[in-house]
Amino acid sequence: MGTTMTNVIVAAKPAAPSGPPAAASAPSRSRDVFLPGSVRRQTVFGTLRRRLRWPLGIYTTPVVILVVWEILARSGLLEPTYAPAPSDIISTTISLWRDGVLGPDLAISLQRAGIGLLLGLSVGIVTGVLGGFLRSGEYLFNGLAQILNTIPLLAVLPLMVVWFGIDELTKILLIAFGAGVPMYLNLFAAIRGVDQRLIEMAHTTGASRWRVVSRVLLPGAFPGFLVGLRFSLAYSILGLVAAETVNADQGLGFLITQAQTYLQTNKVFVGLVIYSILGLLADQFVRILERVFLRWRSSYEAT
Amino acid sequence: MTGQLATAPRQRTGVLVEQVVRTFGDRNVLDHLDLTIDDDELVVLLGPSGCGKSTLLRLLAGLDKPDGGRIEVPAKRAVVFQADRLLPWQRVLRNVTLGLRGPDADERARKALSEVNLAGREKAWPKQLSGGEAQRVALARALVAEPELILLDEPFASLDAITRVRMHDLIRALRIKHHASMLLVTHDVDEAIALADRIVVMSNGRIGNAHLVQLSAAAREASVAREELRAALLADLGLASQH
Repeated sequence: MGTTMTNVIVAAKPAAPSGPPAAASAPSRSRDVFLPGSVRRQTVFGTLRRRLRWPLGIYTTPVVILVVWEILARSGLLEPTYAPAPSDIISTTISLWRDGVLGPDLAISLQRAGIGLLLGLSVGIVTGVLGGFLRSGEYLFNGLAQILNTIPLLAVLPLMVVWFGIDELTKILLIAFGAGVPMYLNLFAAIRGVDQRLIEMAHTTGASRWRVVSRVLLPGAFPGFLVGLRFSLAYSILGLVAAETVNADQGLGFLITQAQTYLQTNKVFVGLVIYSILGLLADQFVRILERVFLRWRSSYEAT
Repeated sequence: MTGQLATAPRQRTGVLVEQVVRTFGDRNVLDHLDLTIDDDELVVLLGPSGCGKSTLLRLLAGLDKPDGGRIEVPAKRAVVFQADRLLPWQRVLRNVTLGLRGPDADERARKALSEVNLAGREKAWPKQLSGGEAQRVALARALVAEPELILLDEPFASLDAITRVRMHDLIRALRIKHHASMLLVTHDVDEAIALADRIVVMSNGRIGNAHLVQLSAAAREASVAREELRAALLADLGLASQH
């Protein structure tokens, strides 16, 4: 049979008017050629692009903005009271630290955030687990959490001041409120969202109730827990900022309000920079958790 | 009194399904269905998709309750699903030990994995496995507890043809070592002929024709008897007019 087919093709060839050259003269079809990366990337542009991209990664744009900002500030186009140069902000930070102003303020802010987070996360995790596992837990907490979720954090502040005064308690509770609600909502959704087919499978293996919880439900809900944690950390910093604008005589918020009063824009920026660094650190912390505990998710694609 | 009678087991081994009814809305998916499976017998339940095969299997697995009738199955049973249903966050070994207790759990899981030719893959993550490997882990997870009944719900449907034939060989080899009643649900006539001791065809919510398959391994591959059986099964499924 194979021979017959070959014959057909051979017989057909002479019938074609011009034979193989026809392909060359015909309009060329576009084709892709794939080679190993190292061979293909030898162009000047490719090397340049790799060099440019490699050391900065996602921080390329922030660094470019900083450089432009520095140039504009040094050339006098930007007023120091409007936006001081990044180098000025750094030197202000150093001098504030040396004067012993920044250290205690930062410490007191971190303490507030830490206590508030601890409280908010504890409540959020306990209620989230109860709500996720038990129908009665869902009825007890879910409605309340949904309602609380619709109230903006900043809008609660005046009420909290009325209820709890203007001292530390209000600040800590505001941070706890900011951290607790997203943790509950995400943890609840994560536990309920664990693949039903996996739970079913686990039951057919005769696994005990505790086995199903520890090997299926909790690990299955962990990615959602980390999402909740990320929101909680972000909102707790937001809560910290809001709380520290009220009657603070210590802390980063106090530093900023005081600097604002005296039009010391560089000090305002120091506060902002530290807030953003706290946010970045919180995000990195969650990323590390993800890398350690969610290895199963990236084991194939990311390496 | 009657309640006690109903829950008391009537036989020591195998599967007993009597007049089982299961309705979804106003649709009788299972309509007074009867089925028995003997000890160490492999029954293939054949039928087109949507005929209630999987519903019956879920009832036997205890994942669903009947609306009428009576089902008696061994307490030690395992299910292999169409998808591997491995826990992606556990390594292969931990997936196999999921239902096991005791200090020898790891050792038994290793043995089960080597039986499905996966020795040395204990530390792999499920995402690193091919479809056939993942399904073999699922098979090991089912075998490791030495069940008396193994329920297989189209376990090879999503595998390619070559892998599927290898899995059939594996199942035949495993049946020599493991003695359990087996129910395999499929819509693949050739798979049914390759594996079954008995093929039952499902239609209208009941078991229709049954065919005892007493062919040698070679005769299952190619023989006149095989072709006759195949034709009969296709006729049962309402596909005979094509010939």
